[in-house]
Amino acid sequence: MPTKTGSARKSVIIGKFIIYGSLIAIASVYLMPLWVMVTTSLKSLDEIYSGSFIGLPQAITFDAWAKAWGEACIGTACTGLKPYFINSLMMVVPAVALSTGLGAINGYVLTKWRFPYHNVVFGLLLFGCFLPYQAVLLPMAQILGMLKLSGSISGLVLVHTVYGVCFTTLFFRNYFITIPDELTKAAQIDGAGFFRIFFSIMLPAALPILVVSCIWQFTQIWNDFLFGVSFTAGENTPITVALNNIVNVTMGRKQYNVDMAAAMIAALPTLFVYIVAGRFFVRGLTAGAVKG
Amino acid sequence: MFRNTHLTDRLAKWLPRLVLTPSMVMVLVGVYLFMVWTGWISLSSSRMVPHYDFVGLEQYIRLWSTPRWHTAVINLFLFSFLFLAITVGTGLIIAILLDQNIRAEGALRAVYLYPMSLSFIVTGTAWKWILNPDLGIEKVVRSLGWESFVFDWITRPNFAIYTIVIAAVWQSSGFAMAIFLAGLRGIDNSVIKAAQIEGASLPKIYRSIIIPMLRPAFLSVIVLLSYIAIKNFDLVLAMTNGGPGSATEVPSTFMFSATFRRNQMGVGAASAIMMLMTVAAIIIPYLYSELKESRHAD
Repeated sequence: MPTKTGSARKSVIIGKFIIYGSLIAIASVYLMPLWVMVTTSLKSLDEIYSGSFIGLPQAITFDAWAKAWGEACIGTACTGLKPYFINSLMMVVPAVALSTGLGAINGYVLTKWRFPYHNVVFGLLLFGCFLPYQAVLLPMAQILGMLKLSGSISGLVLVHTVYGVCFTTLFFRNYFITIPDELTKAAQIDGAGFFRIFFSIMLPAALPILVVSCIWQFTQIWNDFLFGVSFTAGENTPITVALNNIVNVTMGRKQYNVDMAAAMIAALPTLFVYIVAGRFFVRGLTAGAVKG
Repeated sequence: MFRNTHLTDRLAKWLPRLVLTPSMVMVLVGVYLFMVWTGWISLSSSRMVPHYDFVGLEQYIRLWSTPRWHTAVINLFLFSFLFLAITVGTGLIIAILLDQNIRAEGALRAVYLYPMSLSFIVTGTAWKWILNPDLGIEKVVRSLGWESFVFDWITRPNFAIYTIVIAAVWQSSGFAMAIFLAGLRGIDNSVIKAAQIEGASLPKIYRSIIIPMLRPAFLSVIVLLSYIAIKNFDLVLAMTNGGPGSATEVPSTFMFSATFRRNQMGVGAASAIMMLMTVAAIIIPYLYSELKESRHAD
C-alpha cells in the first residue's frame, strides 16, 4: 500500500505481532493438558514423585502404557483396559451403523416424501437431541431388564441407536433438503421406486453428511459415560467407565503414569478420528446451531 | 406404470411412512413415553423398586427439603453462570483473533477444538492430575521460586466447583469459537469497509457493528452451552466425584446417586423431572424460533 506512512506500517506490524502472540499463547494453554498426559504416561513412578511435572521424561518408559493396557486392576479384575476397549468397539460399530442408516432413510422420507405433519415428526425428533438423559434412565433400565438386555453390550447398542437416531435424522434431513426435489421427481417419472431413488440418487450424493454422521456418532457413543455406568457393570462396561474405575482406585501409592496412559488409550480413537477428519467433526458440532 | 396393481400402488403410497415407523416408535417410546413414565415414578412412593401408587407431590417436597439438592441447584447456577460467561468470552476473543487473516489458521483452529473430541472422563482425569496440589501446578510454581504459592482448590469444599469450571471451559471454548467464527465469516465485508472509510477504529467497529451482528451466534452458543452445563455429569464424577463431602454435587450427580446408590428412586425421578423442565424451558423456545425463522428463509 503506497499511501501508508512508515509509522502506520509499524503499527500494523505490532498489531500482527500481538495477534500471533496471543493466539500462540492460548494454543499452548490448550495443548498443555495433552502434553502433561503424554509426558506423565512416559515417566517412571519414581520420577513423578520426585517432582517433575511439566518437563520431558528423563528416561522414556512404556511400562505405564503396558500396565494400563494389560494389567491395571479394575475392581478385583486385573485385566487392564484391553477387554473394555473391545467392549467399546463392539458397542460403537453396530450403534453407529444402525443409527446412521436409520437417520439417512428418515432424512430422505422427511424431505422427499413429505406427508401431513412431517414437520411435527421432525420437531419430535429434534427435541430428542436435547433430552437430558436422566429423564429416561429409570424406564430404560426397566425395559432393558424386560428385554433381557440388562448389563449387556447389546443393550447399550440399542440405547445409543434410539437416542442417536435423533441426531442422525437431523443431519440427513438438513442435508437432503438442499437437494432439489426435481431430481427425485424426474427419477420417479422414469419409474424409479422409493428404494431405487434412495440407493442410487440420494445416498451417493450424501457422502459428506454420511461421514459427518458416522464421526459424530462415533465420538458421542465412544465418549458416553452415563449410559455405560447406569446400565452395565463389571466386565461389560465400556472403556470410559473402566477408565474412571482405574483412576479412582484408592489403594496404595497412586500410579499417575498408569492413569494418564489409560486416559490416553481411552482418548486415542476419538482423537485419531478428529485429526484425520476434523473438518467433518466440526460440521457435526455446529449442526445444532445451524438453522434446520 | 400400468402394470402396477391396486395393492402395490397402495403399498408404494404407504412405504415412506412404513420406513419411518421403526424410528418413530423408538423415539416415541424412548423419549416421550419414558419421560411420562419417569414423571409417574416421581409421583409414586418408589424407593428401591418402582411402585406404581400415587402419593402426589410428596417426592418433590422431600427433594426440595433435602440440603444436598439445594447444594446441587446452587452449584448448577454458579457453574453455569461462570462456565457460560468465560466460555463465551474466550470463544469470542479467539474467533476475532483468528479472523484477522491469520496464517496457519487451520492448524490453530484444530488446536483450540481438539478437547471437544475427548470424553469428559478423559478431561476430568487429566485436570484432576494437573490440579493435584502435591504434584501438579502448585508444585511447578513453587519450584520456580514462589515458595508460598497455593493452588489447592480441588481439595477445598468452597473452591472445588471452580476447578470443574476450568476444565469445562478448556473442553468447550473451542466449540464456542467455531460457532462465532462461522458467524464472523457470514458478515458482509463491505459493512466493515464502509465503517473503516468513515474512520472508525477497529475495536469500535467490533464493539458497535460486528458483535451486535453476531446475535444469532450468541443465541446458539448460549443455548447449547446451557444444555451442556445442565447435563454435565461425567466431568464432576471424574474430577471430584461430587466432593469434597457433597461440595460439588450437581443435579445430574444427585439424580444418579439418589436413584442408583441411596434407594430413593422417587426422589431421583423428581430431580430428573426438574432437570427435564429446566432444559425444556430453554430448548423448546429456541427450537421453535429456529424452525420458524428457517421457514421464513425458505
